[in-house]
Amino acid sequence: MSAPLGRVEDLRSLVEDVTFPRAREWKEGGGKVVGSFPVYAPMELVHAAGMLPVHLFGAGGGVEIEAADSRIQSFVCSITRSTLELGLRGNLDAFDGFVFTNICDVARNLSGVFARNFRGKTVEYLHLPQNVGSGAAVDYMTGELRRLLATLERMGGVNISNDALAQSLRAFEENRALVRDLHEIRSKAPWLLPASEAYVLTRAGGLLPKEEHTRLLRETLAEIRSRSSRSMDKMRILLLGSFCEQPPFALLRAMEDAGCYVLDDDLALGLRFLDRPLAANGDPLRAIAEGFVHGAAMSSVCHTVRPKTEWLLQRARELQVDGVLFCTAKFCEPALYDYVPYKEVLEKADIPHLHVEFEEKMTAFEHAKTQVETFVESVMFG
Amino acid sequence: MATTTQTTVPPDLGKTMQRDMLAKYYGALETANADGVPVAYLFIPGNIVELTQCFGFLPVYPEINALQCGIKKVAGENIIRAEDLGYSADVCGYVKNDIGLMLKDRQSPFGRLPTPDLLVCNYSGCNTFIKWFEALAHFYGSEFFLLDIPYIRESEISPGDVAYVVAQLKELIARCEARTGVTFSEARLREILGYSREAEDLWVEILHLARERPSPFDSYFEAVFYMAPVNMLRGTPESVEYYRQVLREMRARTDERRGPVPEEKFRVVIEGPPAWPHFRAFWELFKRWGAVAVASTYSKVGGLYDQGVRHDPSRPLESIAEYAMNGYTNWNLAKRADLLRRYVEEYEADALVIHSVKSCRSFSVGQADFRESFVNELGIPTLMIESDLADPRYFQEAQLRNRIDAFFESLTQRRLTGATA
Repeated sequence: MSAPLGRVEDLRSLVEDVTFPRAREWKEGGGKVVGSFPVYAPMELVHAAGMLPVHLFGAGGGVEIEAADSRIQSFVCSITRSTLELGLRGNLDAFDGFVFTNICDVARNLSGVFARNFRGKTVEYLHLPQNVGSGAAVDYMTGELRRLLATLERMGGVNISNDALAQSLRAFEENRALVRDLHEIRSKAPWLLPASEAYVLTRAGGLLPKEEHTRLLRETLAEIRSRSSRSMDKMRILLLGSFCEQPPFALLRAMEDAGCYVLDDDLALGLRFLDRPLAANGDPLRAIAEGFVHGAAMSSVCHTVRPKTEWLLQRARELQVDGVLFCTAKFCEPALYDYVPYKEVLEKADIPHLHVEFEEKMTAFEHAKTQVETFVESVMFG
Repeated sequence: MATTTQTTVPPDLGKTMQRDMLAKYYGALETANADGVPVAYLFIPGNIVELTQCFGFLPVYPEINALQCGIKKVAGENIIRAEDLGYSADVCGYVKNDIGLMLKDRQSPFGRLPTPDLLVCNYSGCNTFIKWFEALAHFYGSEFFLLDIPYIRESEISPGDVAYVVAQLKELIARCEARTGVTFSEARLREILGYSREAEDLWVEILHLARERPSPFDSYFEAVFYMAPVNMLRGTPESVEYYRQVLREMRARTDERRGPVPEEKFRVVIEGPPAWPHFRAFWELFKRWGAVAVASTYSKVGGLYDQGVRHDPSRPLESIAEYAMNGYTNWNLAKRADLLRRYVEEYEADALVIHSVKSCRSFSVGQADFRESFVNELGIPTLMIESDLADPRYFQEAQLRNRIDAFFESLTQRRLTGATA
């Protein structure tokens, strides 16, 4: 195991701080802050408006659900309840607006609950195209981005020029390329970078100003590449199902401690959502739309023309995994539906898998850890 | 208002006609695969049955099959079969019911269902629809078309949304032509849409009769039954005739001042789907208080016709697109809450009842929040109860009875105090 990067621990504190210190700082400096609910939102536009884009991920167990309890039923996932709780407790006071998208019915309706409860703030709901096979999807999405742009212009009382958009796109592209590098290292040489560190480094990108995060990634990547740790005999796994609500950090650590190399995952997926570089010339909004329609990351919340089961088998083979670990949030319908066909094709292909369910407020990890340990033992030594 | 038809209307005319229509429909489904009749699976909200009809497809609606299984008391076993396959206890019971049916070779209480030749996932008002048909595409290996219907996220529909849906409808037409070898005829589509529109006009006339006192029918417990043809079998002369006869029946009931309960004591608006697996018992909990639903939102999931939505032969694809966006659960929460408030006013209701169901988060998330505004901001007495639309295990009759009894007792008390004040 390599020594943890000093800054990872600091970043972890930042990620777990439900008072959003950097957003408050930005706001106190006279700026505006826009939060997005997972999974993906085109935050380049927020950046181009001169505002701070923040990726919200619930409270991760950092607050007790009290006020939100009477507004959201108990059969709803933790991230929805805790995000509302943060708002009702005033933790999101520094935010001027929120962006939601059509990832599931719960997130969709949460946008309406936010609109009613936080009337002084802007709540924008984007219906991103699901029919990505349609010839009309890019035009439609470009229109949707234009609508968001108009909302941001109204909020900020500014005109967002094409140049400003192009510049923000470049800043995000630069950042995305580094995030891709980071994840490539942990896929190819996971002994150099544990998944839990890659996760924290990625998630910090949803809280820090983009340029600052880019600088941080550059420095950190250099450090990681110079590490001298060596490969160990661990189980190579693909972790799936945590694209929206995030498993407790301790659960990720528990998985690693149980003897796993997590070669890829869909944690904080919104920050890695546009899988391929975008077109550098032309209309920046169209470039984002094309990136989303033709090159979005695989997830349970976006329909794909090619069956996702094919993608899963291909990814498992590319990474040469020993098994797949499904780590899904309780009540997360998209992940729970996909699990069944996934499980079926893995069984046919003779690839071992395990399903672990989590909640934000989970405090006892012994059971999950034992499950993973047993899984590792049965595959590696069975 | 008075008609001369009342003595000539046979009792339960609508029910008898619908029973025959559905028997014919399910009979055709039973032999569709063997007869080589193409089968398209569709969802109810925003369905494009007029379009698939142009190509000779028979429609199958897995939601309808699920609710029928609920009523016929076989949903529980289907759901358990799907859970055994790996589906979570926390996902929609309709989906699990459908998967459960598939696992027993599609044998349902109403005959054997055909396999799909085409899955048209009209994604309108429910994200689970996508996951549902992705699963069916996986298990059946059938052709899949995702018809992406934008959510109504602002106060009105934008022209860009309509253009996007129309473009997809054209792509779907090309797929249907390739699949069936039938050339698309716009004239035929216009003819079909004409029947749809006529049935929709009649259905709205029927719904408006619930403004009468007493209301001639229960706009929840009966409307969810009478709505079946306008949801499933639009675009046929039979469905027009059906609504003509139901209107006759309802007018006769109005003339005779006959309603669903011996004495109408409370008029309520009901939000949310019914508890299909315990339908009778659920209704009884309201009937015993003389409570009648005068408006409901579940009867609008297939289309908000009473809000002016219509299929229009003069704007065929555009009107299909607009219809598809205007199912109740595709409206944003602010629009939904406003509609509920208007229903309470327009139908002179005493209270709002919210039935929150676990299976359908599309319906239920947000209900607890707007309940707060109904009670505190609008002063509308509101009852919120919980069970499920598909899973019989969530129906706790004694608990529901206690909540419902306490609510109507307090309404009675409020009335008495109001009368003496």
